[in-house]
Amino acid sequence: MLNSEVESEPRAGLKPSPGQNPETAAAPEVSPVRGFLLSRGNSAIADAGFRWLMVFSGLSIFGIVGLIVWQLALRSQLSWQKFGFSFFYRSYVDSVTHQRIFWDPVSGHFSALPFIYGTLVSSFLALLISVPLAVGLAIFLTEMCPQALRGALAFLTELLAAIPSVIYGLWGIFVLVPLLRVYVNPFLIRWLGWTGLFSGDNPTGLGFLAAGVILAIMILPIISSLTREVMTAVPQSQREAVLALGATRWEMIRMGVLRNARVGMMGAIILGLGRALGETMAVTMVIGNTPEIHASLLSNGSSMAAVIANEFTEAVSDMHLSALIEIGLALFIVTVIVNALAQLLMWAVTRGAPATAR
Amino acid sequence: MNAETFPLRPSMPPSQRFSMRSWMRGWTDRAVSALAILATLIVITPLVAIFVYLIYKGAKSLNLAFFTHIPNPPGEPGGGMANAILGSGIVLAVSSAIGVPIGIGGGVFLAEFGRGSKLANAVRFTADVLNGVPSIVMGLAAYALVVVPQKHFSALSGGVALGIMMIPTVCRTTEEMLLMVPHAVREAALGLGVPNWRSVLSITVRTASPGIITGCMLAFARVAGETAPLLFTALGNSFWSASLNQPIEALPLQIYVFAISPYGDWHRLAWAGALVLIVLIVLAVALVRFVTSRGVLKGTS
Repeated sequence: MLNSEVESEPRAGLKPSPGQNPETAAAPEVSPVRGFLLSRGNSAIADAGFRWLMVFSGLSIFGIVGLIVWQLALRSQLSWQKFGFSFFYRSYVDSVTHQRIFWDPVSGHFSALPFIYGTLVSSFLALLISVPLAVGLAIFLTEMCPQALRGALAFLTELLAAIPSVIYGLWGIFVLVPLLRVYVNPFLIRWLGWTGLFSGDNPTGLGFLAAGVILAIMILPIISSLTREVMTAVPQSQREAVLALGATRWEMIRMGVLRNARVGMMGAIILGLGRALGETMAVTMVIGNTPEIHASLLSNGSSMAAVIANEFTEAVSDMHLSALIEIGLALFIVTVIVNALAQLLMWAVTRGAPATAR
Repeated sequence: MNAETFPLRPSMPPSQRFSMRSWMRGWTDRAVSALAILATLIVITPLVAIFVYLIYKGAKSLNLAFFTHIPNPPGEPGGGMANAILGSGIVLAVSSAIGVPIGIGGGVFLAEFGRGSKLANAVRFTADVLNGVPSIVMGLAAYALVVVPQKHFSALSGGVALGIMMIPTVCRTTEEMLLMVPHAVREAALGLGVPNWRSVLSITVRTASPGIITGCMLAFARVAGETAPLLFTALGNSFWSASLNQPIEALPLQIYVFAISPYGDWHRLAWAGALVLIVLIVLAVALVRFVTSRGVLKGTS
């Protein structure tokens, strides 16, 4: 019990507690109840201690963020001092082949450009595929789905979110990539090859498209469940008002629901983008891992997270390590900004602020 | 009402415009409904495909040796992932020892002490943002914090990496669960003269404990499948190891290494490992859903 801990300073409580009369406390004979209470001491110290422990736990979140920034900044000093900001956009010319190269750790050429390009291309490809599907799913679940099916479908999409990324990668290597290689890529090359986005010089099936498709599957549940959340938050009266004017169901969804939910949906999409930018394992396993920039979506590439995962344990020099950590720091800063933006948008909606109808 | 912009608009004489418009509206409605259903089917397909394929491949290669043997060298058939299962257990125990107490403490702070204060809002916001930080960055941080001072890879650093990933998740679910505890329960405890710390621990947290435990399990399941932060902290180890100071194998790490290897027998082990991992995670998620939807919390209050 607490007696043993607080017994040592039973006097401490007498002064601060406002309800107590100092005369009765000092008086020689006290009532049995009062005596019992006094003998128990009070919990001011234990309470304050507990409170500070909890506050400290809460503040540890700031501590973690601070520690990450400090450590990553410290360890990337070497490459920051050598390359400065040009690390993120420069390119080199190979002395032998006279071709443009970006990343050659052995000869000391470091530029993050191909990785930034790969991250952006695969993430936006993922958004392009997953946003229409996620919104369609959310519309179906909130507005059309029979009650009995809703729980099961929501559970299934939740499961999709819980599958570890290494298992998506495994599935990507053994199922998705062969599928793309044999059926999808030849089709795209044949019919859309003229756009220049689908060229046939990579026979492996790996590449930006495979990474984009895997990422799309992975971020779909997040976007769709958050979209569903903001769509359910739209008041029922909005739907009824639009329906009362003679709208069909789609018109009701478009004018009553989507228009009110658009800020929150934007937040959901940006949150999905944040996940896609930092996703590591599945992308590493299917993107091909070559530090090059190609316009074709079917060619091999690499992403910021993938290059860290691939090369970190095999870094050839301190500069290589430092450059990889700098890429990690850039990834951290970008995802923090993207996530903060998404959280603010989501808060604006779910906190009950009017969802800016006009 | 604006003109519909549906692409399949048929050409009709202007005299029939009005009826055509209502015809269009009806068909747009049906088309969009069909599209939404189609989207749902497209979303469900990969999930079902992944599960069916995983169970098919995994069940075919799962046997007793998987749980009792260490992997054989490439070319030799057989072997298992027993060392990876043990390693995952050790790394996850370390991470839970770090993440669960601090996370619950943070959640208690948010729900009991800082309700509505600026500081609590800032902590909540930062926790949500930290939740979206890529796991590989957490691995880099753990590398810089633990591996570099220690000068070698270790199970401890892997545990630290996963532990700091658990904190924001545990913190936020604990807060949500504590907020569901009715205020009358707290007031009753304080009215009986129970010290505040005691009332929080034995009354509020106790009441919300089913929810908090499932929240911890959810965080646990999430980090159990994490590979990226372990790549350069726990590193991997093909032999038995239970030391916190040595590189250690973990299940997702082993799956990754085996999946990108060129050996058929290792692929088989990777599928079996993936099945084991996913069964654990699905169980955790199903349990969480059961607890939160069946209102175990409401029953206790």
